[in-house]
Amino acid sequence: MQTNPLGHNVDLAERAYRIRRNALLMGEVQGQGYIGQALDIADVLATAYFHAMSYRPEDPHWEERDRFLLSNGHYAIALYAALIEAGIVPEEELETYGSDGSRLPMSGMAAYTPGMEMSGGSLGLGLSIGVGMCLGLKRNGSSSRVYTLFSDGELDEGSVWEAIMSAAHWKLDNLIGIIDVNNQQADGPSSQVMAFEPLVEKLQAFGWFVQRIDGNDIEAVRSAFDAARDHAEPKPRMIVCDTRMCKGVPFLEAREKNHFIRVDEHEWQMALEALDAGRKA
Amino acid sequence: MTRTTDTHPNVDTNEGASPKPRLKTSAMIASIAAEGQRTKPAPFGHALVELAKSRPEIVGMTADLGKYTDLHIFAKEFPDRYYQMGMAEQLLMGSAAGMAHEGFIPFATTYAVFASRRAYDFIHQTIAEENLNVKLACALPGLTSGYGPSHQAAEDLALFRAMPNMTVLDPCDALETEQMVPAMVDHQGPVYMRLLRGHVPLVLDEYGYQFEIGKAKMLRDGADVLVISSGIMTMRALEVAKSLEADKVDVAVLHVGTIKPLDGETILREAARSGRMVVVAENHTVVGGLGEAVAGLLLRSGVTPKFRHIGLPDEFLLAGALPTLHDRYGISAEAMTTTIKGWLG
Repeated sequence: MQTNPLGHNVDLAERAYRIRRNALLMGEVQGQGYIGQALDIADVLATAYFHAMSYRPEDPHWEERDRFLLSNGHYAIALYAALIEAGIVPEEELETYGSDGSRLPMSGMAAYTPGMEMSGGSLGLGLSIGVGMCLGLKRNGSSSRVYTLFSDGELDEGSVWEAIMSAAHWKLDNLIGIIDVNNQQADGPSSQVMAFEPLVEKLQAFGWFVQRIDGNDIEAVRSAFDAARDHAEPKPRMIVCDTRMCKGVPFLEAREKNHFIRVDEHEWQMALEALDAGRKA
Repeated sequence: MTRTTDTHPNVDTNEGASPKPRLKTSAMIASIAAEGQRTKPAPFGHALVELAKSRPEIVGMTADLGKYTDLHIFAKEFPDRYYQMGMAEQLLMGSAAGMAHEGFIPFATTYAVFASRRAYDFIHQTIAEENLNVKLACALPGLTSGYGPSHQAAEDLALFRAMPNMTVLDPCDALETEQMVPAMVDHQGPVYMRLLRGHVPLVLDEYGYQFEIGKAKMLRDGADVLVISSGIMTMRALEVAKSLEADKVDVAVLHVGTIKPLDGETILREAARSGRMVVVAENHTVVGGLGEAVAGLLLRSGVTPKFRHIGLPDEFLLAGALPTLHDRYGISAEAMTTTIKGWLG
């Protein structure tokens, strides 16, 4: 497992709290951003980086690491928050987020940030790259896995279904897809922009081992990651995560239009306090 | 040509013109070789197999066009290094990027239309932006299919020239195709090669040619006209040069196998030699290909010879037999000869 200097004595809920906090602090630098997504996916990222994945913070290119592909590049703020917590990106860079010369641009790119494995942002790319990586890892006899996070909105992209079909064709049991179903995309609720249900049945019919969980129930997330890893069938694995936008900050959760939120200056402190209140509760 | 609802674009309404023999569609599948011309079978496929014997990191990937890109030769020799990705070009490019991430050198093959038009963003974002070691070999470049615009990649060079990090190659014949394969592997980064498949003409062996990435090569010298050409248009230019000898017109041919990076030094040196009309000839739309690349280079450098351009028109091209189409659009040797003689006055 990972050799994080902070060790294993910090529980996943605390990791998720810190990831959310890092994301809010970065959001404050810009005054806006994809905060809703960062807050909704924090439990998944905490589980990925502090339970499921093997990696070496001091050596992001370590050959035997598990790969994490961020297909939805605008979630970069969430991944940076996790990479900071994992010790892969120094915490002091947090305040450079989205600024000139920063290694933490608004949309994730591989060349900019240690631990960022692909350049996302043009949606629908990640799973195809994941298929190729998994084929390559198998050629190399590697036991590393490829975790690929993408969003429900990306299901609109035909390329995602090309990759879904081929991953089953190639029996890629080293590929673990994670879909963030927060039911929000640029033009509104994802299910209204383009109906994608019944998702579990569709993915099963495509030949995947599929689990659907509450992506903000950290125990459920942990069990799903374990089951995805331990599943015996030679199938790719998908974890469909229903999540709540802005999870952990109730007054932001209540906002209807939260795909790209603007938070007033005085509200950042309120958001951090709301997050802290949830942590103590 | 303007299409109207009552006239099919392929109907020649020019009454009174002398009838030409109607060529059959067999010419559509199209070897670009002229009758009786020396050819080599599947030069890309065989060269790749030869190289892959000593380079285990080479893998072959295709989108349901293995047989039509000569990759089946590789598949037969190395079945476990061959990846059939289905008729899904976006997946092909993304997964080739993933393979390159893991240290392999994938040769991804499809038709030039699908790579350039359908999968452009995937190549741009997953391959070129990360400068990954993916080699694209894409068949039916320019006007080398009679199927109409769906299969005619008239604009592929313009699109890939505009992509940072991409090296763009346009081979003339079987020899150059063979020579390009190891050069592509030795080059670190993405490469797009216009693929000539099937029975490919063999021409450059008579000129002692050796391909190098980024180098234009003089194939023959001449005092009156300098043709700067790439791809199959170099083969045409050499024929034109021979036929114009009878008219006492001395034609030089500078072959530009690498469209990007362009060999500006050689092109400027040759174009600056006084007294020669410069003709750029390309199997590509006149928009954004070798012609505009050379024109821009000359203007920026203050070299302004008499300049002419042979290329495909900025329009959707017709279906039909290739020899007919090459005549129609002015890229057959006969059409080029007539055009150049006209320019000389």
